[in-house]
Amino acid sequence: MSDQHIPTDGRLVRLYDHFKREWQIYVLLLPMIIWFTVFLYKPMYGLQIAFKDYSIFKGIADSPWIGFEHFQTLFGSDQFMRALRNTFMISMLSLCFGFPMPIILALMFNEITNQVFKRTAQTIVYLPHFISTVIIAGIVITAFSPTAGIVNAVLEWFGIEPIYFLIKPEWFRPIFIGSGIWQEAGFSSIVFLAAIAGVNPSLYESAVVDGASRWQMMWKITLPSILPTIIIMLIIRIGNLLEVGFELIIVLYQPATYETADVINTFIYRQGVQGAQYDMAAAAGLFNAVVAFVLVMTANTISKRYSRTSLW
Amino acid sequence: MANMNLYSRGDKLFVYINMALIALFTLSTLYPFIYITAVSFSDGSAASAGTVVYKPVATTISAYKYVLSEPLFWTSYVNTFIYTFGGTFVSLLIIIPGAYALSRPQLIGRRFFNLFVAFTMWFNAGLIPFFLNMRDLGLMDSYFGLIIAFACNAFNIILLRNFFEAIPESFEEAARMDGANEFQVLWKVFIPLSKPAIATIILFCMVARWNGFFWAMIVLKDEQKIPLQVYLRQVIATLKDDEEFGLQVLNFSYSVETVTAAIMVCSIIPVLIFYPFIQKYFNKGIMLGGVKE
Repeated sequence: MSDQHIPTDGRLVRLYDHFKREWQIYVLLLPMIIWFTVFLYKPMYGLQIAFKDYSIFKGIADSPWIGFEHFQTLFGSDQFMRALRNTFMISMLSLCFGFPMPIILALMFNEITNQVFKRTAQTIVYLPHFISTVIIAGIVITAFSPTAGIVNAVLEWFGIEPIYFLIKPEWFRPIFIGSGIWQEAGFSSIVFLAAIAGVNPSLYESAVVDGASRWQMMWKITLPSILPTIIIMLIIRIGNLLEVGFELIIVLYQPATYETADVINTFIYRQGVQGAQYDMAAAAGLFNAVVAFVLVMTANTISKRYSRTSLW
Repeated sequence: MANMNLYSRGDKLFVYINMALIALFTLSTLYPFIYITAVSFSDGSAASAGTVVYKPVATTISAYKYVLSEPLFWTSYVNTFIYTFGGTFVSLLIIIPGAYALSRPQLIGRRFFNLFVAFTMWFNAGLIPFFLNMRDLGLMDSYFGLIIAFACNAFNIILLRNFFEAIPESFEEAARMDGANEFQVLWKVFIPLSKPAIATIILFCMVARWNGFFWAMIVLKDEQKIPLQVYLRQVIATLKDDEEFGLQVLNFSYSVETVTAAIMVCSIIPVLIFYPFIQKYFNKGIMLGGVKE
């Protein structure tokens, strides 16, 4: 196409000139756009199988529509409702126990004046964040083993009968949440430490002049100063409430503990990937995604209103 | 520490208690690593009987001998390196140019493309459609499939785009005067100026690849292609119901516990080697991640 055929009036010309001049930017943009289209947007098209009687042979497009049948089945199924309850329970429990820990740690780290001690301790508590889920699971299984594990060895020392922790439904959540805290509390404290570093030093100086103790300064200056960060992190957590670390659950749980351990994502994995019930599992996933979307959007709106900082 | 004497008695007590609690927390973070290492160097029967506390009992390296003689251990170890370095390289090839393009004010549809990327943080199709998509694309059971399918995510792109956007225009002006095109500006101006942000992304990508097991477990059927974590998971699965394996090795100086522990130690070692180098990027990375879009 030669230049003469381009209409000489208005927008098209400018557009043509723009692409002629700036084509390189679009070349740089293209791989990313293709990747997002192929790997994230194309599966959204595939989500329609949640409303279809999907058959591998007919493919996504040609499988017959069946409306909300899968959703009706799901909400009538004990297993799915149990997974829903467990997801909610596990995330609420990890919110209650896991969320305050990094804040407490950051406040405590801030009070340490010995820099060598502080840096060493920080280096160590950040480390578990970089350790694979499978290794965490391996450590848990070894440590809580009824015969070989250190936990039962200690219990025996106190004259308590060994407990086979990993097949006891009542022990699954404490172990799961505990290992989550062990892995992430240290690393999550970085955000709060950064917030503490931003507190105006003159606040402390005048407090010292007034004869405030360190305990008082922590409560009356440091904590209120990092409150906005705490609120934002809390909102992010609530927005991601459904994101339970299901990879750890997959390695740790077994049929004996499904009762308390099976969450939506592990349910989807079993039904879909292992059981090949793709359509039903996709429906469960869609429900999960929609609830998550509503939670994130709500969280962002609240954050915008109260802290005037939107999360994105 | 010089002003320590200025502290009141209550303050001193507070400081000591605080230090003691931090020391306790640090030790309890460290303990599982010590425990696992001790188990890995212990005699099999001692480990199975639960007598290992913090130091090896009847020290032996037979668990390591067993692990290191397993061909699948080495294969999976090499595979993990392929996925980690290959995957991170491919990620950078997509993320850096994409983030740069999104940061350019003259890009038409910039708002749309930004939303196109960011939307995937709030909504995704989920496990099953992603899985079926990979199967339909013929990416199952291949190195390339596992690498390309997890090469990118919205978070890393937005992180880097924010960093690019914060670079003052004056930096690129000189290059433009010399007639540099977009590729040259990105390569010679933006990438050198963004080393901390790119290092952070490399850190995120590498950690995710090194530790990832779930998708590798689902996607790869061929044992010769599995990464270390999937191999470890298979060994752990035998640990969970270890009757068979336990009987099998009853007469040896290693047990399923010591073997698993040895694999775990071998898997942690590279992380420990890299750890000091990546540490300085933690704070930066976390803070960059906290920047809003």
